[in-house]
Amino acid sequence: MNVSKKTAVAVCIVMSVFLLVGTAFAAKPKGTAEKEEGVYTIGMIVKNLGNPFFEACERGAKEAAAELGDKIIFTGPDVPTAEGQIALIDSFIAQRVDVIAPVANDPDALIPVCNKARNAGINVVAWNSPMTSEGVDIYVDNPTAESLGRIEVQMLADLIDYEGEFAILSAAATMPNQNLFIEWMKEELKLPKYSKMKFVGTVYGDDLREKSYNEAMGLFKSYPNLKGIISPTTVGIAATARALEDEGLSGKIELTGLGLPSEMAEYIKSGTCGKMALFNPVDQGYLSVYASHTIASGEIEGNVGETFSAGRMGEFEIVEVKGQAPSIIMGEPFIFDAGNIDEWKDVY
Amino acid sequence: MNAEIGKKKNVFFRRWEWYLVILIIFVNIVNVYLSPYYLNMTNLMDMTFNFMEKGFIVLIMAYIMISANIDISVASNIAMSSVVMSVLYQSGFNIWLAVLSGLCTGAAGGLLNGLIVTRFRLSSVVVTLGTYSLYRGISFLILGDKAVTKFPEGFSYVGQGYILNSPVPFQLVVFVVIAVLFILILHKTTFGRYVYSIGTNEEACRYSGVKVDRIKVILFTLSGFLSAFSGVFLTSRIGVSRPSIALNYELEIITIVVLGGVSMYGGKGTMAGVILALFLVGMLRYGLSLKNVPANMILIIIGLILICSAIIPNVVYGVRKRSEFRKEI
Repeated sequence: MNVSKKTAVAVCIVMSVFLLVGTAFAAKPKGTAEKEEGVYTIGMIVKNLGNPFFEACERGAKEAAAELGDKIIFTGPDVPTAEGQIALIDSFIAQRVDVIAPVANDPDALIPVCNKARNAGINVVAWNSPMTSEGVDIYVDNPTAESLGRIEVQMLADLIDYEGEFAILSAAATMPNQNLFIEWMKEELKLPKYSKMKFVGTVYGDDLREKSYNEAMGLFKSYPNLKGIISPTTVGIAATARALEDEGLSGKIELTGLGLPSEMAEYIKSGTCGKMALFNPVDQGYLSVYASHTIASGEIEGNVGETFSAGRMGEFEIVEVKGQAPSIIMGEPFIFDAGNIDEWKDVY
Repeated sequence: MNAEIGKKKNVFFRRWEWYLVILIIFVNIVNVYLSPYYLNMTNLMDMTFNFMEKGFIVLIMAYIMISANIDISVASNIAMSSVVMSVLYQSGFNIWLAVLSGLCTGAAGGLLNGLIVTRFRLSSVVVTLGTYSLYRGISFLILGDKAVTKFPEGFSYVGQGYILNSPVPFQLVVFVVIAVLFILILHKTTFGRYVYSIGTNEEACRYSGVKVDRIKVILFTLSGFLSAFSGVFLTSRIGVSRPSIALNYELEIITIVVLGGVSMYGGKGTMAGVILALFLVGMLRYGLSLKNVPANMILIIIGLILICSAIIPNVVYGVRKRSEFRKEI
């Protein structure tokens, strides 16, 4: 018997012993980790680890879990791929968690493994990134485009006392999100209280810092009476804020929109940007855990029209949104101003 | 692997594979101790889903690395063939015809690698590093940021199915069959001997009349074919094809082959070693993920094991040399 043959035999023996032991233990009842009544294990999978946005979500998720007495496993793959998330979902299925709550990197690729989980009696609750009812029971949605659009007009009106010219500095003309926001802004402007506000036009910075900066400069020149700018994109609002400060127009032209606290903190503190909005990741984690808990306990089944209470965030109703599983809409966007920006600037 | 010739008696137990066997036993004991869910037939079988696709490529990568070459383009080749396959299916082809075209695409990709390496006498690192970007780029060119989904039921079985009603995945059975084939070819045929000898001394092989170029082209083509083959399983398992599929797979595959005892300089290594290493990494990953160890931590652990594995043979060799030296004195 030569060496490689011996090794092959030895390897085979080891593998078969291993499999036999495995089979022997397979018969063992799964009572090793007995479940406590009313305590649910929720496995949350984010896009990838090390993302400050999701670290903020984790804080909210842990807060909700502490209130409900649930157990949270918060994890994600090392790179944002669907394959990594599938492996994690597989391990959650093996651990017999009660709910799996993924933020899908690829909604389609998670469908088979999510259905495997559902067949094993595990509820699947998607959040932050939409999935259809093919794969999940319910989806905890971000605030709607409607609320994000309307609130931007409300914030600006508040900053310029409902009077004067204003422009919009958007991302690219083709971006569906921003276009939707702008449509809702126009809808909000139809209300009589905005009658003295004049919308002069939209420019596009293509979500590039340099171009957005130049477009903002162009606005200052084209509209000498400009009182305000709305920028419904995180890149645009930061570039506009810098342009305003460079030109010494801070305070003369008011700025608002959707921005990241970490990028905007200095401009909010200096008063260049009076206030801005975005949704609150802590609340998103909190709400997702409450939704997971209520569906695991059987309080709701995940049908449109059902309602449930989510602790400090109040009552929520499951609604129908086209192209999504029955959805829970996370209510109003969160407003950042000089009063609260310090808490948030390190969060995301 | 460091045993000297002429000391056959103790050679058997000094083999690298034993180190891996010990590691596997250790990992399993730790896993069983740490997680009540580990030692469960269904779970152990399901575990294999997450590394079988890499396993197919590990088999051929071992051949390529034993012949002192490397193929970095494997993961990009998975993406390219998967995208070609799914786009053809979407445009109305029969799914199995599309699968066949995907396999041909992969093989063609491998053939191109092989031809460039042999015709221009280039280093395989350079060539496959180029095609690594090229094939991924082609996939993005074909599909952009879109994805193909909704594959038929029969196709889903390939990557998700089980043998009858048992918990044994279809994928695992296919892997075992191919692995046996690869073990036999490498260790029992002239072709296998040639692969080793090319890795040990390519020039000597050429002068002895071994058709080195032909063997290299065959190896690279096979690598492309198996990448596409693995792509079929991966696409079927996750039910979607997109250009970013199988990202970073090549590094993990090369890690496993090196851990399996294949020398980066060629000429050394066994099939048993790489298969053990495949299961070792798979079991380690699965056990750690059952304990919900963060992914970054898992990477650190696998990295440490690889580094230790690279150091240990040198240390052992040094110690043995020294003790023999003392005896002689």
